[in-house]
Amino acid sequence: MVARTLFEKIWDLHLVAQPQGSAESLLYVDWNLVHEGPFYAFDGLKQDGRAVRRPLQTLAFADHYVPTLKRELGTAGIADAEARVMVEQLERNAAATNIVHFGIGHPQQGIMHVVGPELGFAQPGLLISGADSHTSTYGAFGALGFGVGASQVQHILATQTVWYKKPRNMRITVEGALPANVTAKDLILAIIGKIGIGGAVGHVIEYAGSAIAGLSMEGRMTLCNMSIEAGARAGMVAPDRTTYDYLRGRERVPKGAQWEAALALWQSLPSDPGAKFDREVSLDAAALEPMATWGTAQDEVAPLSGRVPDPASFSDPERRARSEAALSYMELKPGTPLKDVKVDRVFIGSCTNARIEDLREAALVVKGRHATVPAIVVPGSMGVKRAAEAEGLHEVFLAAGFEWRAPGCSMCTGSNGDRVPAGERCASTSNRNFEGRQGRGSRTHLVSPATAAAVAITGTLAGDA
Amino acid sequence: MMQPFVSLKALAAPYYQANVDTDKLIPHRFLRKPLSAGYRNFLFYNERFTPEGASKPEFVLNREPFTHARILVSGANFGCGSTREGAVYALADFGIRCVIAPSFGDIFYANCLQNGLLPVVLPEAAVAKLAARIEREPGAEVAVDLGAQTVTGPDGDTHRFDIEPSRKNRMLKGLDDIGVTLEYVKDIEQFENGYHARLPWLVS
Repeated sequence: MVARTLFEKIWDLHLVAQPQGSAESLLYVDWNLVHEGPFYAFDGLKQDGRAVRRPLQTLAFADHYVPTLKRELGTAGIADAEARVMVEQLERNAAATNIVHFGIGHPQQGIMHVVGPELGFAQPGLLISGADSHTSTYGAFGALGFGVGASQVQHILATQTVWYKKPRNMRITVEGALPANVTAKDLILAIIGKIGIGGAVGHVIEYAGSAIAGLSMEGRMTLCNMSIEAGARAGMVAPDRTTYDYLRGRERVPKGAQWEAALALWQSLPSDPGAKFDREVSLDAAALEPMATWGTAQDEVAPLSGRVPDPASFSDPERRARSEAALSYMELKPGTPLKDVKVDRVFIGSCTNARIEDLREAALVVKGRHATVPAIVVPGSMGVKRAAEAEGLHEVFLAAGFEWRAPGCSMCTGSNGDRVPAGERCASTSNRNFEGRQGRGSRTHLVSPATAAAVAITGTLAGDA
Repeated sequence: MMQPFVSLKALAAPYYQANVDTDKLIPHRFLRKPLSAGYRNFLFYNERFTPEGASKPEFVLNREPFTHARILVSGANFGCGSTREGAVYALADFGIRCVIAPSFGDIFYANCLQNGLLPVVLPEAAVAKLAARIEREPGAEVAVDLGAQTVTGPDGDTHRFDIEPSRKNRMLKGLDDIGVTLEYVKDIEQFENGYHARLPWLVS
């Protein structure tokens, strides 16, 4: 039998049709995730008089437009009329099509990529599409998760299938142990720094090696989440004992005899020995350090112990030109030690880093200290918020002068109004440092939760508080 | 029914920089607007308009003759970032029917094909030369022939490009995906029956 990769096994499990002469295949979708954004898909469906084929396999999340304050008021608490329309529109569309809806007042509301895994929707071997590029997060479970635009969402609503051209396989192997102060966020930033923000276009990445095996599920989710920032179609980690331990007992995970059947399937999924990858990349875990981005793309990144690079040091003229533009936008001088860069505010949240483990890491740094710049903590879900409060983490943050908010995408995109003012510099645990991403004229430094917490205390990109 | 794309000879605008991300193409704050608001008004908003909403004359798509451009020539990894189809709506509503670049973000590329906007991948050197030429000679036209899979620049240089055959067919005929897929509805039903019998826990 031909040795297959994890990705190829999932592909084979979901192949519905392979038309002659087409390089695209028709694949079956297990979960189709939507949020307030792809309203065009529901409009189109209605206009064409079509129904949702599998309402129970369609999950809707109010996350991009929900406010993080005054949540007890429900939609009435949304001051911004257009944002309120977005949240209400999803509610109406979900009710009209009978799809599963985690709305603003739902006890499990939260960011789609945080709620899905915590309720056990994320399982090895599944194919999960989402109206959001960070659906790659689900790859942490050995599932295939990827983002699609509104037209493809509409197609999946109508047919529960997606046309997909087989991407190439890339394996990124990280051997060794991560130093104690290095997190999954630092690892993925280092990876993107190495392969570039277009470095994995057309590929699905499988992460392997002892450092990956040693990561928690939260860490693997952070890693897979940002695979899209290297241009990858998806990022994946083979399921193992860590995966099964995380899954056991969660709401949507099978129980009893069905658990045994599921486990047998899951254990058959890891890439076979000798499976062929089109590209191999390797990193040494022990050599990694805490990282921060200095530019306006995620590969413009350096260790916190390092300096803002001189664009002249790049031999590639394109890279030189873009780092010059980035430094101009970021108002940074070449050669400045990162630890001397003054920061105006801190955001701890997003689908990349708003899980319980992230908040624990941040709280550990914050405990007994005080923030010197405005800092907000936005838990990824109501579940995370409750868990953090049960552990008293919110008190640690509040005592240190951080704000403790309600779940949503918040300042990652600013679509709910939580924005970084023009000209301000924000240390953020989110995933994109693009120009204007957190608000027009905003300047973003992507960091881990522990680093963000330390930055809030020192007011600079120094990693240690 | 999607607008078909057969061929086009039209004015091309140079915007030759790498990694033009979807936040740059359309900032998130406009994605809440209905299509009737005219997404052309939001295209490259932060670069095209001041915070007060005044047009920035130095931005290429605000300069004549490029306000009438129907082809955009750009750098590698064009459209990287989010799934927002608003980025494609904004380009299409502005009048852009074709983007030529050395590579594209995968999701953006797929979104273009859903909207009759042709993404063309050409080698880096060919794109650089084309961008320089139309920069030097504003108003120069570029010809794109989907049937022949060629791009011909103002200098007469012709480059062949690749496109997945079923996508080419759908673009040429303006077929939308759902219509095509519904021809496979029996395959879907058959697959579903077997699949859910094997994974009964998925939806219970």
